[in-house]
Amino acid sequence: MTEHALNNKSHVQNIIDDWSADKQAYSVPWGKLMMWLFLVSDTFIFSVFLVGYMSVRMAATEPWPYPSEVFALELFGQNVPLILIAIMTFILITSSGTMALAVRYSHYRDKKKIAMFMLITALFGASFVGMQAFEWTKLISEGVRPWENPFGAHQFGSVFFMVTGFHGLHVSIGVIYLLIVAFKVNKGDYDKKNNYDIVEITGLYWHFVDLVWVFIFAFFYLW
Amino acid sequence: MSESIVKNNEIEGGAAAHADDQQHPIGVYLKVWILLFVLSAFSYMVDYFDFQGMLRWALILVFMFLKAGFIIAIFMHVMWERMTLITTILGPPTVILLLIGMMASEGNYVFGTRVDYLGQPAAAERIHVADVHLEEEAEH
Repeated sequence: MTEHALNNKSHVQNIIDDWSADKQAYSVPWGKLMMWLFLVSDTFIFSVFLVGYMSVRMAATEPWPYPSEVFALELFGQNVPLILIAIMTFILITSSGTMALAVRYSHYRDKKKIAMFMLITALFGASFVGMQAFEWTKLISEGVRPWENPFGAHQFGSVFFMVTGFHGLHVSIGVIYLLIVAFKVNKGDYDKKNNYDIVEITGLYWHFVDLVWVFIFAFFYLW
Repeated sequence: MSESIVKNNEIEGGAAAHADDQQHPIGVYLKVWILLFVLSAFSYMVDYFDFQGMLRWALILVFMFLKAGFIIAIFMHVMWERMTLITTILGPPTVILLLIGMMASEGNYVFGTRVDYLGQPAAAERIHVADVHLEEEAEH
C-alpha cells in the first residue's frame, strides 16, 4: 500500500493510471473496499438525519430545550451538565483506540492479542449502549416523547430518539460483529488462508461508529 | 502454474503489509488516542464553561473537525491509502454541503411563514429544566 502511495507520481497521475489502465482500480482487498462503500452509504443516512434535525430546529418557533440541562446528572449533590454524554464520548474514543491496537496486532498474526483487544472494544461498546439505555430511561421518565416534551420544542424528542437510537443500533450491531470476529480469530479460522483482513474491516466499521458520534455530540448535544 | 503465481502475489502482499506496519508503530495510535481525549475534553469544556454565541459555535466546529479528521486519517488509515480510494470515499459525501445549504434556506423560510402568517413567536424564551421540575413539584 505504502509503496504505491509514496511513488514519485502526482495524485492526478495516479488517478489517471488507475482508471485508464486495463487492471483493477483499487489496490485494496475486496472486502475492505465493500466495507468502505457501505460506510459511504451510511454516511449519507446519518447526514440526512442530521440535516433533517437542522431543518426542523431552524423552523421551530417553540424554544429549543437546553441539551446541557436536559442531559445533566446529579453527582455528589451537584448538577453536572452533560456529564453522562461526556463519559460516553470518552468510552467510545477509548474503544476506537483498543480497536486500532487489535488491527495492529492482526499484522503480526498475534491471535491472543487480537481477540483480547477486540473483546475489550466490544465491552466498551456494550457499556456505551448500557449508558444510552440509562439516558433513554431517564428522559422517558421525565416525560420526553417523540411527539412532546416538557422542556420546549417537540421536535427535540423526535430527533433525540431517532438519531441516538439509530446510532445505538449501529453500536449494538458493532458489538455483535466484534464478538463474532474475535471468537473466530481465537478459534484460528483465519489461519486457513492466512488472511486477517477481516480485523481491519471490522475496525473500519467500529471507527465509523465513533466518527458518527463525534458529529452527533457536536451538533445535538453541544449546539 | 497460475495458482502458484497467485500464492506468490499473496505472500508479497503480506510482506508489504508488514513493511507498511513498521512505518506507523504503536506510538502513533497512542498519541492520536491521547489527542482525541484532549480534544473531547476541550469540547466538553465549551459546554461546561458555558461559552455562548459565535465563539461557542466556532469552537464546537473546530474541535469536531479536528477529531473527525484524526479518526479518518489515522484510525481508518485513509492517510496511507492511494488517492483513487480516497477520492471514492471522500468525494461523494461533499454533495451533502449542497443539501445543507438547501435545507437551511428551507428551514429559514418555514420559520418565516410561521412567524408572519401564523402569529407564532419569533424569539420564544428558552425553558430551564430546573423551572420545569419546580413547577411539577408545586403541582404535587
